[in-house]
Amino acid sequence: MGTFTGSFKGFGVTFAHMFRKVITTDYPFSPPKPAPRYHGRHILNRHPDGLEKCIGCELCAWACPADAIYVEGGDNTDEQRFSPGERYAKIYQINYARCIFCGLCIEACPTRSLTMSNEYELARDSRQDLIFTKKELLAPLLPGMEQPPHPMLLGETDKDYYVGALTNPGTSVGAERAPISQGDAE
Amino acid sequence: MTDVQKRADQVSLIIDGVEVVAEKGELVIRVAERMGIAIPRFCDHPLLAPAGACRQCLVEVEGQRKPVASCTQTVAEGMVVKTQLSSPVAAKAQAGVMELLLINHPLDCPTCDKGGECPLQNQAMSTGRADSRFKEEKREYEKPIHISSQVLLDRERCVLCQRCTRFSEEIAGDKFIDLMDRSSGEQINVYRDDFFGGAGTGDGQVGEGEGDVAFNSYFSGNTIQICPVGALTGEQYRFRARPFDLVSTPSACEHCASGCSQRTDHRRGKVLRRLAGDDPAVNEEWNCDKGRWGFRYATATDRILTPQIRDTKTGELREASWSEALLAAAEGLKAAKERGVGVLTGGRLTVEDAYAYAKFARTVLGTNDVDFRARPLRATGSPVTTTEEADFLAAAVAGITEVTYEQVENAPSVVLAGLEPEEESPILFLRLRKGHIRRKLRVTAVSAYLSRGLEKIGAALVAAVPGDEAHILASDAAVAEALGAPGALLIVGERLATVPGALSAAADLAARTGAKLAWVPRRAGDRGAIDAGCLPNLLPGGRPVTDDAARAALSLAWKVDAGVVPGTPGRDTDRIIAAAADGTLGALLVGGVDPADLADPTLAENALDTVPFLVSLEMRQSAVTRRADVVLPIAPAVEKAGTYMDWEGRLRSFGAVLKSTAMTDGRVLEAIAALLDVSLNTGDVNAVRRELGGLPGSTLPSPVRPSVAAARAAQPAENQAVLATWHQLIDLGSLLDGDQVLAGTARPPVARIGKDLAESLGLADGDLVTVGTDRGSITLPAAITDLPPRVVWLPTNSPGSTVRRSLGVTAGAVVTLTAGVPGPILAEEAAR
Repeated sequence: MGTFTGSFKGFGVTFAHMFRKVITTDYPFSPPKPAPRYHGRHILNRHPDGLEKCIGCELCAWACPADAIYVEGGDNTDEQRFSPGERYAKIYQINYARCIFCGLCIEACPTRSLTMSNEYELARDSRQDLIFTKKELLAPLLPGMEQPPHPMLLGETDKDYYVGALTNPGTSVGAERAPISQGDAE
Repeated sequence: MTDVQKRADQVSLIIDGVEVVAEKGELVIRVAERMGIAIPRFCDHPLLAPAGACRQCLVEVEGQRKPVASCTQTVAEGMVVKTQLSSPVAAKAQAGVMELLLINHPLDCPTCDKGGECPLQNQAMSTGRADSRFKEEKREYEKPIHISSQVLLDRERCVLCQRCTRFSEEIAGDKFIDLMDRSSGEQINVYRDDFFGGAGTGDGQVGEGEGDVAFNSYFSGNTIQICPVGALTGEQYRFRARPFDLVSTPSACEHCASGCSQRTDHRRGKVLRRLAGDDPAVNEEWNCDKGRWGFRYATATDRILTPQIRDTKTGELREASWSEALLAAAEGLKAAKERGVGVLTGGRLTVEDAYAYAKFARTVLGTNDVDFRARPLRATGSPVTTTEEADFLAAAVAGITEVTYEQVENAPSVVLAGLEPEEESPILFLRLRKGHIRRKLRVTAVSAYLSRGLEKIGAALVAAVPGDEAHILASDAAVAEALGAPGALLIVGERLATVPGALSAAADLAARTGAKLAWVPRRAGDRGAIDAGCLPNLLPGGRPVTDDAARAALSLAWKVDAGVVPGTPGRDTDRIIAAAADGTLGALLVGGVDPADLADPTLAENALDTVPFLVSLEMRQSAVTRRADVVLPIAPAVEKAGTYMDWEGRLRSFGAVLKSTAMTDGRVLEAIAALLDVSLNTGDVNAVRRELGGLPGSTLPSPVRPSVAAARAAQPAENQAVLATWHQLIDLGSLLDGDQVLAGTARPPVARIGKDLAESLGLADGDLVTVGTDRGSITLPAAITDLPPRVVWLPTNSPGSTVRRSLGVTAGAVVTLTAGVPGPILAEEAAR
């Protein structure tokens, strides 16, 4: 008797779920959209003329608790200008085998160059490919942008770029979907 | 107040409620520092005079109406001081000063090189306000100004602490950076435009150039190191790294015999910068620009990483495995042993490596033909049989550590001969200058002219035509009188070797007057090589090779048969080169010698070509490796541990900065020796140190000093002059390769001539003058200087002035002078 009522109880749960809303996702055919502030992979943003916002200050690397970021600074010259001002990131790497997506780096960034996108599809089949360089991290060129190096197009000095930069969250739209060339990390 | 034991020259005071005893005249900030109380400061530096410029160190002193600057306030009996730790008044005053300092500071920390190790950043966090009440526009300047090819100035970051100007004025003596303008426009700047006397250097010094005067100082890097904000930065390190990226290692400078302690910072296997280390006994907290920035040679593209041997079929060098190359070296040396092998070691070796060469020559090769001296050993044209310098080194230098930096600073009088301290031993120069400024040290210089460096140490000149130094040391009354005072020092440079009788006269003069004698070589490894036995007449520990007991004791310690170490002095550098050139020697073993440094580079290269078998232990491609039969790569200073011995005889030990597979000279020699069935035991630095420490002490009285008759200067004929020459600090030396920025700070090469020559040749300042011998010629702009009659001075190894290679002579030789560029015949000679 107990067996009989017991199996009704159990099947009851099963049958009840048949009429509930489905919570499994149809990944990867229709991937779910994470929350707007989800900490996905990073983007190095650009100024509206295409110059890099990153100045190679290494504050992100400093803030990183997982030691995932490696930066080497370099000198901008009038002939070879990658960012407004004197300094730019000659080498910029984030190692996604180490990154814990805590977001301390983007809080540290003084120019709002480094932001996080919502992209979470970061699995790669080699450790080397998990080291993203400027090539992968830089936001794609939108219409009106020019590939650096080029002179400052938006003003005479770097000040013209940075005053107001905080209210301009950057031109990173679509960066997370940028085509990623694999295996040519710097 | 409780009674505390104190001497009469002490006072007791209370800082933050703690009673403390201090020397009279001590500064409050220094006493607090000793107690472990950190008072924030920018302008205060223990080695510079107090300035009270930044006002950041304000403290409350009871009885004073306002807070006082603790960096200028001397202690007084019963003083009660309250720092920011115990006094809200002091804390508020400091926060206020910080707010004012930050009014015009751009806060561009993310791009600033100082960020992360910046006293302004740190102290703004520790003692500043959380926010600023200043809302107006900040002052802006053009940035950055290149004040030399190496030093950059960002004026807007400056807090006007004047550490840099005080350093350049008080320590280096090169005053060309200064406070300018007034009020809110006050700034640090350089004497450049007309307003600041553009025609000269603006400092009353002998003008080195006109108008756009670069920050012409060999010590400019120190201003970068002591700048408490990022106002002064260096081109070489600009934007390269942050402090947290760097791994710091204490190291010793490999350039000159001054023996600076340094700090080497590297990131991911690459040295990014070097800083002066803090060693009060030697370099205090300073170093020279050569030591600070001259490290890029080790990463030059021509570095050798794989052994090479000469292919028997093609006759070209080809890469080889270590075992193949070592075997080739061992077999070649073994075959050549019968005819004799010469060992030239150069002055760049650590004591341990020099000892390995000395031991290798004696035990494996059975020869005393080993010499570290890669420079002219005697006057041009003197017979190679004289051994005056070697005898002098054996008698007056080996194993003797009498004179120290401290004695130099405190001496009543110093006589310099054959030494231009600023160019050849910069830290000795700084000590001489400190003695001169602080303690009225009297400097007498036996030199061709009163250079800017000698002027800065207030030297009295005893003008010497090159070649006359011996005569002057032997008979000049002023020189003897200057050495009369107790504690007086006679400091001679290695260049005196080229004056017959000069070293004899110097040793004699020191003995006669009771003055202490110091010999200052130019390279870091020179002094250590003497004590390690890299001389034809000396065994390790300064024992003469002719001494049977010393040889027996050493043979016992080295576990070799009694007859192995020969008992007759070997050939010196010149004679090894001559013997190799005429085919007498069967092989040469050369480590770190540039033939261009030798007395006659052409002859040396001939010798390297002629000698049947040549083994080269080198770090980079050189004139030696190109001619070698076996090239064995060795480690640069950053990749090995070792010890240099500075001119005082002080040991400067250092560890390896970078991990690498590169081997020391000692380890390579040990491997060759092992193939020849000799256990050299020099592969491990610590083993060598133990062995050196365990060698039986020498019980012999030191050898008698040489007595060579003093020579007189040559007599030049019409249109001729006597050549004076010495190295400039930053020149064509191979350890300065690979750094254009540093080369940009070199002094421009000029030919210095006296008024008499200028008149007879019809030359004005800046006109081209050609100095020639039968070998070739050098053409440089003339600089009319107060030289003795018929003397011309040239930099020894600067761009456009390679005296040894172009002229084939050394100081004291007679050269011909012509105005303008050389005529067709001379030009042809020069081209050839």
